[in-house]
Amino acid sequence: MNKTGLKNRSLVFGGIVVIISLVFIARLGHIQLISSDWSNYAGRLTEEREALDPMRGKFLDRNGALIVSNIASYDLLITPRKAKNLDTIALGKVLGLEYEALKKRLDKAAAYSRYVPSIMVKQLNAQEFAMMSKDLMNFPGIKSKTRSVRSNVAGVAGHILGEYREVDRADIRGDAYYQLGDYKGKSGLESSFEQSLRGIPGARYHIVDVRNNVQETLLELDTMPIPGKDVTLTIDVELQKYAEKLLRGKRGSVVAIEPETGEILAIVSAPFYDANSLTGTRRGSVYDSLNTHPWKPLYNRALRGTYRPGSIFKMVQGLIALDEGVISANTTIACNRSIIGCHGPHTADNLTDAISHSCNPYFYEVMRRVVLKGRDPNPLKDASIGLTNWNEKIKEFGFGTKLGGHIPWVRPGSIPNALVYDKIYGKNHWGYKTIYSISIGEGELLTTPLQMANLAAIIGNRGYYREPHPVRDIGGLGKPAGIDSIHTLDILPKHFETVVNAMQKVIEDPNGTGNLAQIEGMTICGKTGTVQNKGKEDHSVFIAFAPRDNPKIALSVYVEYAGAGGAWAAPIAGLLVEKYLTDTVSNTLREERILAFQP
Amino acid sequence: MTLRESSIYKNIDWSLVILVGVLMFFGLLNVVSATSNLEIADWFDWSGKGGKQLMWILICSFLGFLILNIESEFFIRTSVLQYLLTLVLLVAVLIVGKKIGGARSWFGLGGMSLQPSEFAKPTTALLLAWYLSRDATKWRSLKVRFLSFLIVGIPAGLILLQPDAGTVLVFAGFVFVLYREGLSGNILILGFGALLIAIATILIGTTTVHYPFFGTESGIGVFWIAWIAIGTGIVFLAKYLTVPRKRKKISRWGIASIVAGLMVSIGLHLGMETVLKSHQRDRIHVLFGIDVNNPDADYNIRHAKAAIGSGGFSGKGWMHGPMTAYSFVPEQETDFIFCTVGEEWGFAGSVLVILLFTLFILRVIVIAERQRSNFTRIYAYGVASIFFMHLFVNVGMVLGLAPVIGIPLPFFSYGGSSLIGFTFLIAVLIRLDGERFRILR
Repeated sequence: MNKTGLKNRSLVFGGIVVIISLVFIARLGHIQLISSDWSNYAGRLTEEREALDPMRGKFLDRNGALIVSNIASYDLLITPRKAKNLDTIALGKVLGLEYEALKKRLDKAAAYSRYVPSIMVKQLNAQEFAMMSKDLMNFPGIKSKTRSVRSNVAGVAGHILGEYREVDRADIRGDAYYQLGDYKGKSGLESSFEQSLRGIPGARYHIVDVRNNVQETLLELDTMPIPGKDVTLTIDVELQKYAEKLLRGKRGSVVAIEPETGEILAIVSAPFYDANSLTGTRRGSVYDSLNTHPWKPLYNRALRGTYRPGSIFKMVQGLIALDEGVISANTTIACNRSIIGCHGPHTADNLTDAISHSCNPYFYEVMRRVVLKGRDPNPLKDASIGLTNWNEKIKEFGFGTKLGGHIPWVRPGSIPNALVYDKIYGKNHWGYKTIYSISIGEGELLTTPLQMANLAAIIGNRGYYREPHPVRDIGGLGKPAGIDSIHTLDILPKHFETVVNAMQKVIEDPNGTGNLAQIEGMTICGKTGTVQNKGKEDHSVFIAFAPRDNPKIALSVYVEYAGAGGAWAAPIAGLLVEKYLTDTVSNTLREERILAFQP
Repeated sequence: MTLRESSIYKNIDWSLVILVGVLMFFGLLNVVSATSNLEIADWFDWSGKGGKQLMWILICSFLGFLILNIESEFFIRTSVLQYLLTLVLLVAVLIVGKKIGGARSWFGLGGMSLQPSEFAKPTTALLLAWYLSRDATKWRSLKVRFLSFLIVGIPAGLILLQPDAGTVLVFAGFVFVLYREGLSGNILILGFGALLIAIATILIGTTTVHYPFFGTESGIGVFWIAWIAIGTGIVFLAKYLTVPRKRKKISRWGIASIVAGLMVSIGLHLGMETVLKSHQRDRIHVLFGIDVNNPDADYNIRHAKAAIGSGGFSGKGWMHGPMTAYSFVPEQETDFIFCTVGEEWGFAGSVLVILLFTLFILRVIVIAERQRSNFTRIYAYGVASIFFMHLFVNVGMVLGLAPVIGIPLPFFSYGGSSLIGFTFLIAVLIRLDGERFRILR
């Protein structure tokens, strides 16, 4: 090859240099200018967003007393990379964990990320944390994170308040607000008012180094968390406490309502549990033992327990009959015990006496008159039409409905209609004689303690109720709209006076069944109920309101497997009424008897 | 004497001096940034790597000044000696060297480390220039070709034993010198063809195919069978489409190509499977976008690209790159220094650096071609090749275009040995070029 030919080879070499440079520049242009993938990736690597948890709204009682607030708890986090050469045995001792259990958590953390801290132990309380924090200093790569958890300061109303705990996968999927490890109200009012309580989280942005250590804080991007709204309940914490005290060791419930407003003053389901025991490290074992206890302490009897209403239902029958005009206040009906059994020495009663004597034949006849009105010549068809009409009347009292009021997880109970019996016996194969047991509150009727307290409120109000509700105010904005809708029954107020008279007699008449509810210097109206349990002790039931005019409290009391309504539920109701209205308990003997009672 | 000295400063290529100065200064800024922390207000610390690099730059400036005042005759006459000395050092380092990062490439001297392979590059360039420029030398003689390959091959082989694949790759750049001196241009075409086969081998090597009787094995077998079948078909077709007198040549070259390609592919595939360690294989697979089981395999390159990508057009500003400051990229002040350029100086700064290097290499080529002295021309080509290979491999690696092979970016990467090596390389060239009017060699 000649000399110029070789000289031209410099152009080939130079050309290669230039081409490679252009390739590099093109690549740079792609990475730096066109694609944002790599700069986004760098952002993910270097910027850490620290969520600032907002303070969750508190629960206050109707007078502003604190029920639930927040306290600090401590999570322990481990960064596997920094925890090299970890003395797992010593660490297990400090944490009180078995070696195997600890190893499992450490492996899980290491599998998730070697640089990012993972939670190793959750929700240590201040005491537990203080005890181990000094020892933990010896373990590199372990740090703590403060998190606020719920503290039920008053130690009451665990059932209705519900649980605040870690979100599950469904929660995260359903609401972008939540991330892994976040907490939310999972049941009760914590859940119903989650949106108001939770607040808006803030964020702080950091620049982190390759080991995820915070190096800088980017102040300009920070947002402060907005605390959740406080929720003022309608609960009277003193009354709630006292009711829980009286029901301790028993199964049953108390629901107390302010009749005029529908505000729930107290709501207890027994057996109850320490609301604070379901937070923190013990939650798992506590929950398991509650869940397997034969008395079902997790079950909220006040809202979800369904019982046959028994004699108390007779007042409802009487009211409907008066309104339908099939009886008047003075109508007497013979106590014909050949049709249906009865008790007591009476032979013929008017409505007032029939209620206070709890006369069964009277109400058999009353309901017969309501149902069989001769709307159809065929008595079977007539019964069907009559029952449908009756069912609608009953539902006005809130029976068979959830009552509204934004209370979570309420059961409606059941009031049978014609379809129910058509299903059991076949269409036109049943008559009044088939279904008469519902006339005295037995048979296919099921009602809840909440509905029974509401019935007391309806009678105390002489014909209307506001939906029983648990919340007075959210964040200073008053009650949520529609929480206390008013329902006025299509029954004249004067008919109620007849029933109210009877209820007064139940307590004040020497032969009344509710004598034990009586309070010196106070007019209480009430009605006992006894729910039969085959082969077992009856459930003791009582509803009442007081004072007789412009009542301030209406309530239902259930004590399961305790006996007659007058024996246990009535005195409990009396004590609660006195406690609420006068803030004292005069009859300490009665109180002691109740406290000592363990059915 | 005075006449000579004044004339050397009159005739040296100041553009090269300025380019080197700019590159060194810019490199120093980046080393300082890569080795300091955003929060340290007193950013310059003499005991830190920035301070040391400045010290090395001052030492190199003095060294460069010294070299400019040494008669070029000295380098020519001592080239054999220097080369032999280098070989001794390369052998010694294999025996008494310090092992850093799996390679026995350093001598530990007190607190410092010396990397003899950095000095092997200039001494090899000098010896090759000396050997090829002797009057008797005629490129076409087989002996000269063989000895030329040997001059490059011996130090390269010793370095491969360390092992330092990156520096060996730089020695492969001497092929450009030989090409300029008359080696057939087919060598570049062959190299390109071999590269294509290698890429195909790597890509197909990871696929699996179910073979009758053999079970599930790498898909490369299909590639080899197809290579033979299609290659043979093409040769036969070509043979019958051409005039008879060319047929013999076609079948000879065709069969040779098929066999050679097959050898490259089989050799590479077996080499990948047996010789390479799994992390090295992973690095190559990562480069070609093949999924590897090891999530850390592309850790360096992912972080390197993220750092560069986050620079955008104008960069985060000097000392303001979080990925640089918080050591997201391993070896950022040495082999991955270009990440700092990318993150803190952005597209503008990165392109500027590449353009400066391109300008630098092209300038060296221009200087090479203006020589009357064969020695200087050949040496200059050696210099250009070495710098080109460093730029190509280092920046290519950082940009994810070449496998992760650690070699420094000239004048940028932190480290005394490489800085001295490059200074020596370029200072000798400037001195030789400065004498271009005086002597006719």
